[in-house]
Amino acid sequence: MNKYLIYLNAKRCIGCHGCEIHCKVNKNLPVGPYLCEISHEPLVAVKGVPKTEFHFRSCYHCEDPYCVPICPKNAMIKREDGIVYIDEEKCIGCMACAGACPWGIPQYNPETGKAVKCDYCKDRVDMGLKPACVTKCTTHALKFVTMQEVN
Amino acid sequence: MSETVWSMCGMCSVRCPIKVEVDGNRIKWLEGNPHLLGGALCAKGSAGVALRNDRERPQQPLIRDGGRGAGKWEPVSWDTAIEYIGEKLDIIIDRYGARAVMLSCRGGPFMDLFKTFIHGLGSPNFTNHDSACGRNVHHASLSVYGLGRKGFIYDIKNSKHLVLFGRNIFASLRIAEANQVLDMLDNGGSLTYVDVRQSLTGIKATRFFQVRPGTDYALALGMINGIIKADAYDKEFVDRYTTGFNQLASFVEPYTPEWAAKECGIKAKKLKDFISEVSEQAPQVIFHPGWMLSRYRDSFYASRAIHILNVLMGNIEVKGGQLFPKGPGDCGVKGLRSLDSQVPKPEEKRADGVGWKYRHFDKGPGLFHLFYDAMLTEDPYPVKGVICYRHDPFNCFPDPAAQKEALDNTDLLVSIDTHYSEFGWYSDVILPESMYLERDSIVATQKGPKPRFIVRRKAVDPKFDTKPAWEIFKLLADRMNIGQYFPYNSIEELWQWQLEPTGHTIEEFEGKGFVSLADEPIMYDRDNLDGKFKTPSGKIEFISQKLADAGLASLKPYESPRKAPKGNFRLIFGRSPVHAHGHTVNNPLLNELMPENSLWINKRAAAKLGISEGDLVDVISASSIGTIKAHVTEFIHPEAVYTVHGFGRQVPLQSRAYHAGMSDQKLQSGKLMDMDPAGGGLCLCEVFVTVRRSTKNPKRRVEL
Repeated sequence: MNKYLIYLNAKRCIGCHGCEIHCKVNKNLPVGPYLCEISHEPLVAVKGVPKTEFHFRSCYHCEDPYCVPICPKNAMIKREDGIVYIDEEKCIGCMACAGACPWGIPQYNPETGKAVKCDYCKDRVDMGLKPACVTKCTTHALKFVTMQEVN
Repeated sequence: MSETVWSMCGMCSVRCPIKVEVDGNRIKWLEGNPHLLGGALCAKGSAGVALRNDRERPQQPLIRDGGRGAGKWEPVSWDTAIEYIGEKLDIIIDRYGARAVMLSCRGGPFMDLFKTFIHGLGSPNFTNHDSACGRNVHHASLSVYGLGRKGFIYDIKNSKHLVLFGRNIFASLRIAEANQVLDMLDNGGSLTYVDVRQSLTGIKATRFFQVRPGTDYALALGMINGIIKADAYDKEFVDRYTTGFNQLASFVEPYTPEWAAKECGIKAKKLKDFISEVSEQAPQVIFHPGWMLSRYRDSFYASRAIHILNVLMGNIEVKGGQLFPKGPGDCGVKGLRSLDSQVPKPEEKRADGVGWKYRHFDKGPGLFHLFYDAMLTEDPYPVKGVICYRHDPFNCFPDPAAQKEALDNTDLLVSIDTHYSEFGWYSDVILPESMYLERDSIVATQKGPKPRFIVRRKAVDPKFDTKPAWEIFKLLADRMNIGQYFPYNSIEELWQWQLEPTGHTIEEFEGKGFVSLADEPIMYDRDNLDGKFKTPSGKIEFISQKLADAGLASLKPYESPRKAPKGNFRLIFGRSPVHAHGHTVNNPLLNELMPENSLWINKRAAAKLGISEGDLVDVISASSIGTIKAHVTEFIHPEAVYTVHGFGRQVPLQSRAYHAGMSDQKLQSGKLMDMDPAGGGLCLCEVFVTVRRSTKNPKRRVEL
């Protein structure tokens, strides 16, 4: 079962897009791929105030991910704790994973010629830290939670 | 091996405290200082790493080799550049005196260096960007409290209601402040937002007043009237600490909430509900007096009225209100030693007329735009040398073409900056400063309920042949034979010299990045604030003698803003949280996030003009045209169009930002000298433009 989840407290999100850049800088990504994104619906007036809420999206780390079996090099791996990540050594950049993913989550990194995707910053998580987007969220709107906490 | 460096961000003027993890000469990680910001950082802050790696910034000193602005540069050594500047300054000083040299910066906590240099030369002409920013708010605050705009800090977290007049607090984005606002909202507080359009801040508001552009003053007057009529002001506080209340009360008599609602184009009931709400929440109500209020012809008076609203709430020195910032003196600690205080004060009159011709203005930094007048007319005397540190007047002030005309009467233009500014591109010498992760800065004081000393530390070595400000000004000073005012040879010596009277050492900054001077917030006795207001009367002045002496009203009768001529729109500008004006538009990562600005236009107005979402539109002012994509929305007032400031850059070496988007200041033709006579701020939103669907929209496809 997936252990982790990134949750956005939309009440605190101000749409500053900090998380997207925190992620890119931590993963040393060039212009091109974004591993997470903030989006919003068009404004709608609620009690006279035009409002919208922001959504955060990264990889869903599916229970039964389509991207894993499609990979011809077994470079897409699901860990015990549910994190789906790419073994960069094995990846050949064929992007079959992006085709298999219903949301096209894996991105092409033009600098390495390989696929790249959100892995909840597993290196940080393994050190007891939180993903970059959560750690540095401008308004502490993003939370890294484990399923036990949600229950 | 990884090393931790405690430092300060430098991507925008907020200068958030940061923690940087460095491996060798590589930045492994950076985040907001966990002790002060809980790790939080904005997009700009993280993108500092991209700035460091960006080659599209000046990499060594450059001396102009062709005509000004032609973009032909000779890369030179630091010795050659400093000697070149020295020779030019020698000639200017010899011919016209030291007063013919001026220096401008963007303000901030490190000004001691720059002031010392210009004052050491013997010139009084130190200035900054503020006449295109907060001067109206600052002067309004001085006229009411005798204290400048930094004379209060806002305890937003503990307030019950924050009222923002166009202060787009989540886009301007001071991280600590933004979190305070959200904490207040989480605690059930109210947020009232006033603007001509909906913004990132307004979507979090509990109440939104979309007002007609230029009517903020009317709204504030209506609020004052309603609060006085409802007897909801803090009588005890007003009696004890203010003068002129009766005049204020009779002045606002005609400005009823009904009148204000009509003038602003909002519902009277909504305004009355607001008045009842704040009446109950006082004194934990904060009316933000504005930040960048160089906007309308009456912005000074609008800000004055907002300051007065705070006084009526009695919110001074109460939890959840406006607090006096406490300094080292309040903690029994001596302040930092100042370089500038060793320099004899130049006796000369300022070239911008501030302090003698304009006595009601703060002569600290004066008003930059008035120097252009002196350059053109040589009255009161010629200004021949301009040094801009980290300040780009062409991006900041209106009408760069008019600015260039004035600058053509000068003999030396020097730009000291980490990136190519538009001014730098036009100047004679560019001295490249190391970007903030590559430099140390002098120790600075941060006042507040818990004051502290902070310092920026170099995290990595400069990638290019750049230098930090403390060294650049030392080199210039030595060349100009005023090295005695810069009594140090290294930053360590300078820190020690600064800190000596305080009893603290630079080692104490290790581990946290700052030295806190108080464990608990310091509060003054609210019943004994005598002496805290620095007005001539020692009271909070609703009626200011200083203004009267300058022939200005303290309470100016309201005049309705000029209606846009038929087919015209008022051009309003603002900010995005991902950019710091023009400073970051060429940053690879931030440019990717927001490569260009758009023109917000009202849905009905757009329909009449045949403009649809995403169409390219020409935005036409008296002398300039900008072309950008339209954003069609019902959430902007039909009299206004809006764009984000900082785009439309014309420095060819900034390939990403070059001609991307539209520059609002280039459309502000004829506005360089259009100053609010009472506040000193420029009237940047008194610009009308027409909009048409651009012929650049493709009509047909002729390829296969």
